[in-house]
This record gives sequence, structure tokens and C-alpha cells, in this order.
Amino acid sequence: MIQMNNVVKKYPNGVVAANGISVDIKQGEFVYVVGPSGAGKSTFIKLMYREEKPTSGDVIIAGTNLSTLKNRQVPFLRRQLGVVFQDFKLLPRLNVYENVAFALEVIEEHPKMIRKRVMEVLELVGLKHKVRMFPSELSGGEQQRISIARSIVNMPKVVIADEPTGNLDPETSWEIMNIFEEINTRGTTIVMATHNREIVNTIRKRVIAIEGGMIVRDVFGGDYGYEG
Amino acid sequence: MRGRTIQRHFRESLKSLTRNGWMTFASISAVTVTLLLVGVFTIIMMNLNKVADDIENDVEIKVLIEIIDDKEKAKAAEDTLISDIKKISGVEEVVYSSKEQELDLLIEDFGDDLSLFEQSNPLRNVLYVKAKEPQQTAKVAEKIEKLDNTYQVVYGEGKVEKLFSFLNTSRNVGLVLILGLLFTAIFLISNTIRITIIARKEEIEIMKLVGATNSFVRIPFVIEGMWLGILGSIIPMVVVSVVYYNVYNIVQPRLQGELLQLVDLTPLLYQVNVLILVLGMFIGIWGSFMSVRRFLKI
Repeated sequence: MIQMNNVVKKYPNGVVAANGISVDIKQGEFVYVVGPSGAGKSTFIKLMYREEKPTSGDVIIAGTNLSTLKNRQVPFLRRQLGVVFQDFKLLPRLNVYENVAFALEVIEEHPKMIRKRVMEVLELVGLKHKVRMFPSELSGGEQQRISIARSIVNMPKVVIADEPTGNLDPETSWEIMNIFEEINTRGTTIVMATHNREIVNTIRKRVIAIEGGMIVRDVFGGDYGYEG
Repeated sequence: MRGRTIQRHFRESLKSLTRNGWMTFASISAVTVTLLLVGVFTIIMMNLNKVADDIENDVEIKVLIEIIDDKEKAKAAEDTLISDIKKISGVEEVVYSSKEQELDLLIEDFGDDLSLFEQSNPLRNVLYVKAKEPQQTAKVAEKIEKLDNTYQVVYGEGKVEKLFSFLNTSRNVGLVLILGLLFTAIFLISNTIRITIIARKEEIEIMKLVGATNSFVRIPFVIEGMWLGILGSIIPMVVVSVVYYNVYNIVQPRLQGELLQLVDLTPLLYQVNVLILVLGMFIGIWGSFMSVRRFLKI
């Protein structure tokens, strides 16, 4: 599903955020990406949805090589991915329903289909009863659930999450993790960058540790592995 | 693109106009002010241009014909001269004026004192020649001078050339001013639009992340720019039309019979209004197009 071959990413300011990363993530896997701040986790994530282009090496998502992907083809790659952020990135002036439907509107999905899919995913994240509310009226956990709903509404093969629980209290984080697990059991590949030791150590999945732009550990069912 | 999508783009553009209230107001004001200047300047330039054209077209060559005593020979010589001049390329018309007519003109200008010359008229028969292009006057005059039976060819040598180069310079200066104004307008307006778009950077970012194509993101902004341009050109169109209409009606009657004339109301006002509207739309569309471009690189 996701393959990286000897990927190097050097930023214009000289920082090398990926220094020869090779990894292979299969369809349906659940992968944590851990590592200290500034180790290159975010770059690793950004390379997957092509916010960043590799300086050298290949990034292959669902058979598409992003290194040779033309700019105008990027939107079609992103339709196969769902992306979840630490800061939710919801549109404040749209209500819950509209925020989720937005992802389908911009890919010109049929209105009937939009309605059906939006209600389905809102049911999945347990917020069907709050469709008319605005993001500012919701708690952080609820907002993150909306953003997850938006990321999966177009049935992507992969969901990429950059510290989705970073802004949430422990209890809410568990709720979010339950949703991710649920999505994963339906066959969606999940790649999640996280700092949350408790989660990584409790819900045991494949753990990829990145330090200095390199993969230093890649263990199935591993633990968080960092102190403090 | 589907009809439903086009509808959505139009709906979004209108929503965004009302939603970003004071930003919309700021953009429209910028368009209004610059287009007003462009409109006023264009009308002034058109009028100056007309004055210049009129002055240029007033330039003519006066050919004094050699005196031949034998009346029949004289008539024949004059006829050959006229047909020869007509053959010169660049000549538009040749008007014959006998010495009696010339004297009448002088008497008209300088008074009856001159009427004593009617007994023995010292003047010559004259041909007035007009060039098709005023700038060719000198060349045409030169060619006429080489023909037989011309006593003297007068066209204000030196003065005419100076007048033409002065008129040309002032036309170019006007053109440069209008172009400069247009650039300022585009710059000012696209900057204002850019500010409204920066405020919606996050929205664009999210659209891109969920897989919207660039054109899908851009089109509502571009349509919005078009609305801004159209709304911004209304006041300039009205003001320019009303002001010029009144100025024309006050000034034109006093210029009756003068060389100096204002440009007629139609089609000038239609042309200027279309210019303002098209320019407004173009600037709005272009400004939005360029401003969104920066935020599409995600």
C-alpha cells in the first residue's frame, strides 16, 4: 500500500528531515510513527500525501509513484487518502454536516450520495445527533471526531493522522483511538504519528521509530520505547 | 465540469461577497476609484485627440498659379495642373479658387478698403490641396512645386512640422498616463483581493487536502472577482456619463462654428462605458486569479 525506497528529504534551509527512509506498509495495517520532536515524523507523514516532495528516492502510494506525479494529478491521489490533523482543521463557519459533506462536494460527488455517506460516517463517529451544530459549540474530542469523519467519508484506502490526540485529554484520546481501530478493522490502512506512550503501549500495533531522519526501529506489536 | 458544479461556484461566489462584507466594500471602492480616473482620463484624452485631429486636418497647401495672359492657354494650363496634382499619391482633394474669390476673402477679413483693388486685381488664381494624411503635407507640397505653372507653394513650412510633432508627443504622453493608471489599478485591486483571500487561506488549504482540483478552488474566487469588477464599475459609468452629458450640453452650443469641437456624446459614452465595464471585469478576474494562485501550492 505504502512503499518508500531510500527517501531523502532535504529542505532548502539545509535541514535533512529524511535521510534514506525505506519502509513497506501493507493494506490494512495499523502503524504508529514515534520519535522525538524534530526527528522527521511530520515530514514522513507529509511525504505520503505529497505536501512535500522527496529530494530523492521513491514514495509509492497504492501503486502511484509520487516522485513522478504531476501537480495536477495530486488532487486525485489525495482522494484516495484521508488526512487527520492535531488541530482538526475544521471550517468554523460550516456546521458539522457541511464540514463532512465538504470533502465530497469538492470532488463533485452526487448530492444524494453525499447525504447518505455523511450520515453513515457521522453515525460511525457517534455524532449523528449534532449535525446542525458548529465546531465552536463542540468539545475538542468531538471536533476531532468530525475531522476523522471528514477524512473517511470518501472511503479512502489509507488514513494518515498527524498526532490526532495531541490536543486532547487522555479519556477523549481513547475514544478517538476506538474510532481509528474501528476504521482499521473495516480494512483501512492507518498511519498515525503520535507522542502518546500510553496508547502505543496499550493498543499494540506496528511501531516505526524515527530519529534524525532515519528509521531506527520497526517492530510489530512494539512499545513506545522512549522515556519521559 | 457539470452544471451542478457551475451552479455551486456561482452560489459560493455570491455567498462569499456577502459574507466578507467590508472586504467586499474595500475591493469595490478600489475598483470604483481607479475606474473613475480611467474613465475621466479617457474622455479627456479622446477630446484632446479630436482637437489635435481637427487642427491637423485643417492644414492645407496653397498653390499660387503662374499668371498666363492668354485666357484660353491659362485655362488649359490650370486644368492640366489640377489633373496632375490629383495624380500625386496622397492627395485627397483639390479646390480651385479664382483670384476674384480670393479678393472677396481678403475683403471679408480686412474690410472694404481693399475693394479698390477690384479694378486691377493683383492676386493670382489659387488651388487649395489637402493631403489624405496630414503628415504627408510636406511631401505632397514638394511634389507640387516641381509641376509646371506653379508660382509658389505655401503650407506653413516648419510650423506644420512642429505642430505635428507636438500633437504626437501629447498623444503619447496621454497614452502612457492611461497605461500607468491601468497598471496601478490592477496592482491596487489585486492587492485588495489578495487580502480577502489571505483571510480564507485555511479554507483553501482544506479544500486542497481533501482532493479539490486547483480550478475547483479557483473558480469561485474568480467569479467573485468578476462581481467585484462589475459592482465597482457602476458608479464610474454613471458619473462619467452624467458629467460628460452635462458638460457637452453646456459647452458645445458656445463652440458653434469654431474649429474646436467636443467629441459627440454617442458613440463616445457607449465606448467609454463598455471600456469601464470590461476593464473592471478583467481587473477583478485577473486580480483574483493571480491572488489565489499563491495559495494553491499545497
